[in-house]
Amino acid sequence: MTQRTALYDLHVAAGAKLVDFAGWDMPVQYSSLIEEHEAVRNAAGMFDVSHMTAVDIRGPQTIAYLQRLLANDVARLEPGKAMYSCMLAEDGGVIDDLITYYMADDWFRTVVNAGTTDKDLAWMQQQAAGFDVSIEARRELCILAVQGPQARQKVADQLESELAQTVMALKVFSAVDLGEAFVGRTGYTGEDGFEIVLPADAAKRLWQQLLEAGVAPCGLGARDTLRLEAGMNLYGQDMDESKHPLESGLGWTVAWEPAERDFIGRAALEAQRGASANKMVGLLLEGRGVLRAHQKVMTPHGDGEVTSGTFSPTMRRSIGLARVPAQTGDTVEIDIRGKAVAARVVKYPFVRNGKVLVT
Amino acid sequence: MSNIPGELRYAASHEWARLEDDGTVTVGISDHAQEALGDLVYVEVPEVGQTVAAEEACCVVESVKAASDVYAPIAGEVIASNEALEDQPELVNEAPYEGGWLFKLKPDNAADLNNLLDAAGYESSLED
Repeated sequence: MTQRTALYDLHVAAGAKLVDFAGWDMPVQYSSLIEEHEAVRNAAGMFDVSHMTAVDIRGPQTIAYLQRLLANDVARLEPGKAMYSCMLAEDGGVIDDLITYYMADDWFRTVVNAGTTDKDLAWMQQQAAGFDVSIEARRELCILAVQGPQARQKVADQLESELAQTVMALKVFSAVDLGEAFVGRTGYTGEDGFEIVLPADAAKRLWQQLLEAGVAPCGLGARDTLRLEAGMNLYGQDMDESKHPLESGLGWTVAWEPAERDFIGRAALEAQRGASANKMVGLLLEGRGVLRAHQKVMTPHGDGEVTSGTFSPTMRRSIGLARVPAQTGDTVEIDIRGKAVAARVVKYPFVRNGKVLVT
Repeated sequence: MSNIPGELRYAASHEWARLEDDGTVTVGISDHAQEALGDLVYVEVPEVGQTVAAEEACCVVESVKAASDVYAPIAGEVIASNEALEDQPELVNEAPYEGGWLFKLKPDNAADLNNLLDAAGYESSLED
């Protein structure tokens, strides 16, 4: 039996095509994936991501706990700021990737992936032994991501003036708790916008208001093309417990300093530091076809694998992420149904804030 | 409701086949199939001269999200493929029964078309 978000009936009424995603009946697209993608790049689109879970960590030892739990260091944050991090196993494998928002010394709100929520909570509880913290999954709360160059203004227009000013004043990667709604200036599209955590009734009202304000409802299909253009990893596809961050393009999220911070997985990662056999690269397909996850990447140094691939609606060509041998140079070949198709190795992100960064 | 022209024959795997006056058979995917796939961004058509068996995967249509095989509805030799799709894969979405055709076969036996569904049979297969 698949789960449904509180907005399920609104999605059906809007003509969404629904798919099973991590045990949830989720909209994959409403009208056209490409039109939804373009709405986010050029104007504003919104996603129901209530299948993801907000987890509140509270208590006097919240910061110490998160410094142990996460590979990135929350001590680098100021109150009101957010951080992206991996949560690692002892062997350095990625249990999940997440965003954590520093709301107060004794309150961080963390948003974790849908498919990993149960194992994440079990792990977080287990690691909480010895820390004076409480961990509460807020499964009753909905999450809406409103993204695009006009997204913040569209949201602010739905609020009374004082609250509107507050959210418009939010800096990038910051969040504010407005009481009924929690608003973060974060996202998974490479565009400006908000992620809003709020109760079901308020979420339904806001969705309806934004719809009437011309914000395009967008499904998981566009969410995937947008995040891939933005060079953002997808858990379970680009990395998982069998891969460590340094071979997943996530070395930048590992805070090595201070050296005495003993985060879970540190010892295993130290052994890989500067010595990882593989690296993550961006790919631009030069020949015909479309890059897809699991295609073989052929290099003079051995084979790699495409971890995510798609047709980029913004670039009108195929792009992907791949895990390849660390010595891989500027060009590779991709095995597409038995044919070797040339691809160029590039730095990603491919697209940010509506601009193509890779040519 | 998708468009299912009455004069065509259909495979349950969503291909259509049309017997032309010259005895060749034109093949494409149904309106229902293009709708389900969404915006097509790449089509890999079969090579002219290739012989195909009935139900053999011989063509690939790719939407933004995924690649899908297209199966030959009947056996025959590929005598033409729709080269316009190289630059305009969206023709399959816009006109699945006309400009969005995929390939033409010289059938081994045109009577094999009788093994396919008629429009009513295909329509009911969509309801299952």
